[in-house]
Amino acid sequence: MAAITLKINGKSVNVDADPKMPLLWAIRELAGLTGTKYGCGIAQCGACTVHLNGAPVRACSLPVAAAANKEITTIEGLSADNSHPVQQAWIQEQVPQCGYCQSGQIMAAAALLTRKPNPTDADIDSAMQGHICRCGTYPRIRKAIKKAATLATTNVTR
Amino acid sequence: MKTVYTRRNFIKASGLSGAALLLGIRAQAQDSAIFTAAEAETLGIELNNWISIDTTGLVTLINHRSEMGQGSFQSVPQIIAEELEVDITQVKVVFAQGSQTKYGSQITGGSSTIRGSYKQLLRLSATARELLVQAAANQWQVEKETCYAEKGIVIHRPSGKKLGYGALVSDASKLTPPTSVRLKDPSTYKILRQPLPRIDTPLKTNGQAVFGLDKKLPGMLYAMVERNPRFSGKVKSFNEAEVKALPGVRHVLKVEMAVFATMRHGVAVVADSVWAAMQARKALKVEWDDTGFPHHSTEQLYTRLREDLKAKPLWFKAKGEVDKAWAKSKKTLEAVYETPYEAHACMEPLNCIADFKNGKLEIWGPIQGPDWVQKDVADLMGIKPEDVTVNMTFLGGGFGRKAFLDYPHEAAVISKAVNAPVQVVWSREDDMTQGPFRPGMVYQCKGGLTEGGTIAGFEAIMAGQNMGHQNPGADKIAYNDSVTEGFPETYFDSIPHYRFGDVPLESPVPVMWWRSVYSSTNAFAYESFMDELAIAAGKDPLEFRKQHFWNGRFHALANRLAEVSGWHTRKPNEGYGIAITECFSSIVGEVVKVSRKASGGIKIDKVWAVIDCGWYVNPDIIRAQVEGSIIMALGAAVKHATLFADGKAVQKNFDTYKMPRISETPDIEVHVMDNDEKAGGVGEPGLPPCTPALTNAIFDLTGKRIRVLPFSLDEIG
Repeated sequence: MAAITLKINGKSVNVDADPKMPLLWAIRELAGLTGTKYGCGIAQCGACTVHLNGAPVRACSLPVAAAANKEITTIEGLSADNSHPVQQAWIQEQVPQCGYCQSGQIMAAAALLTRKPNPTDADIDSAMQGHICRCGTYPRIRKAIKKAATLATTNVTR
Repeated sequence: MKTVYTRRNFIKASGLSGAALLLGIRAQAQDSAIFTAAEAETLGIELNNWISIDTTGLVTLINHRSEMGQGSFQSVPQIIAEELEVDITQVKVVFAQGSQTKYGSQITGGSSTIRGSYKQLLRLSATARELLVQAAANQWQVEKETCYAEKGIVIHRPSGKKLGYGALVSDASKLTPPTSVRLKDPSTYKILRQPLPRIDTPLKTNGQAVFGLDKKLPGMLYAMVERNPRFSGKVKSFNEAEVKALPGVRHVLKVEMAVFATMRHGVAVVADSVWAAMQARKALKVEWDDTGFPHHSTEQLYTRLREDLKAKPLWFKAKGEVDKAWAKSKKTLEAVYETPYEAHACMEPLNCIADFKNGKLEIWGPIQGPDWVQKDVADLMGIKPEDVTVNMTFLGGGFGRKAFLDYPHEAAVISKAVNAPVQVVWSREDDMTQGPFRPGMVYQCKGGLTEGGTIAGFEAIMAGQNMGHQNPGADKIAYNDSVTEGFPETYFDSIPHYRFGDVPLESPVPVMWWRSVYSSTNAFAYESFMDELAIAAGKDPLEFRKQHFWNGRFHALANRLAEVSGWHTRKPNEGYGIAITECFSSIVGEVVKVSRKASGGIKIDKVWAVIDCGWYVNPDIIRAQVEGSIIMALGAAVKHATLFADGKAVQKNFDTYKMPRISETPDIEVHVMDNDEKAGGVGEPGLPPCTPALTNAIFDLTGKRIRVLPFSLDEIG
């Protein structure tokens, strides 16, 4: 066990954890933020995606020690009031069905738009390819990313 | 259906909750059931509460079905809000607890939420509205007919006086409800038929929606269970002491959970956190006794199924004299189709919380049938249903899997054993390898054509595991009446000679409902064969189907599908395929367009779908459900399958059970037929036609007939 300081959504959280524990379980069980989901545990589905210093990472496969003192953003930190353009676009396009994978999808889309404010279909494919949605919301995810690009005039890099 | 209201059964004033008006309706499972209040009491049927309005005017609507993505959380309230005349954005929606006596059937399966409840809900809501309007009219001492309700307010038309529902509930609760209410003409709907945004969407875009895995109780422990990988084996020994000594581990114990008529044996590791339980489980070593039952491989299972087709089937549905029809046919043809076993692979792995205390059980989890859990888990635990409370969370996918009782039962067994609230968490690998699976099927179809190119005779035999045969006390020689699911009812009128049979297979592999159930595999066989018959008859596949549609709804749908897909103006060298199926009282037709990729293989360019689900609630939810059904069908057609080796499922996670991804998703266009036929299902009927429409399109483009699933689009030249 080791004392590790995590910076999650701008707040410092001190945890006592096995350094090899995946960041996912530190976020869910030690920091108590349950918006980030367990889907496969082997970085195949993307449900656990969070931002580490702004870049999307699979929290299920990243040791907590590797995230120490870096800026971690979870779905709760993207915005609690759904004001982020990606969240807005997701609502406008009515993307979620069961919703379980959507935290990860939204975090991946937000990171994509930071990097590429006007993504092409190929950009969307490559950024979202690692995210499984069993409900099959992919057509709406594509539409929503394009919509978010038009909405994102200010705060997409938040 | 006739519903008899009396003041006593319709309204309950509650002082305790602060809710002044609770409106209910007696549970009626069948349309034909008529109960009087007195009978209802004798039968032990309680009154339920779907709507509550408090004195501040806050309206709370209950969703009695589970929300697994299909939209009940929106569509049940959308029905109520229309006739109750409330603004759907201002109401609160909560999940009901499991109770068949309060809500009737709650099993969220068979695409039944709307088609099973809408008439009751409309009438209930209209009756409530009438009482509120009457209460206002009484207060103003005016004729009721001069008043109307809108957005939670009653308005006196001549004077413009207004009273909110909150101010009226107390008076309304003292009135006798009208014996009959007039329901709105669908053309005047303001809320129904509108593509309103779902109430649950904002909860699912900021991480606030509480799924089963997100629910937490004080003092809760977490369990992971190593279950027998061959389903029927028993625990011989395990390294209890070693695992119990690991960090965070509280208990290591043998458990058994009921899976239909069998018990699945396992060893549970109960720990302080999910992570601790997962880690400790890695150190768990269980020795199994796997003797006394077969350890099948996929190859053995399918060899057996193909052999079974030669046996005498149990004939289910027959008309005319099929054997004589062949001799009279100008042409006959036969084909065999095979479909794989499939995992449900819901994105949220199975999980359930149970708190067993002093002979009472409370359950929280992603559950499709809370009323089933209440009753059956009570039986299994030897307690009364009224001592079991079942709470639904949001479900991270269901597709049939979360309608079954194994995982709540297992949670209850563990909670009782360790005397604490326990959440059982299944790993992805557990979820994918333990089943129940969609059963693998082999179909043999035979057809004859008349001189004029219509169907003279049709025969289909299905070999596969029968889901119903697994239930306790099942009659294992009973035929499978699901063998015709997916087959449009209208064909039974137009085809002069037909018969359907099945040869059930016994296997330790547990099988169950997978989105659209038997239709998901039957339709591949039957709609592929319909295409083969059309080609053999030298007819256009769409026109050939229309020749056999003796029902106007099918013609209207086929025409619409032809129009939106450009079926009749398609160019040579374009691959177009069609399939039309009927599932859970809805008709769906799909056209798939495919082309050759420059790099080799086939690309799916577009899917057009037309759904006729009769009376409907929300066109956008319908479109979303059909889109999702198409993508789920494509996964089972061209991406994934569960194979077995030595009695165990081979595919354990998404690295080998490959899912469709965004880049593989074709453009999808969905159209909803507008009519007022009886409401049909929405969550599943979009799935069955997709695969045969795809393989029919590939035949159209390449001349290659695909009869075995799954197949690779890249390997078709």
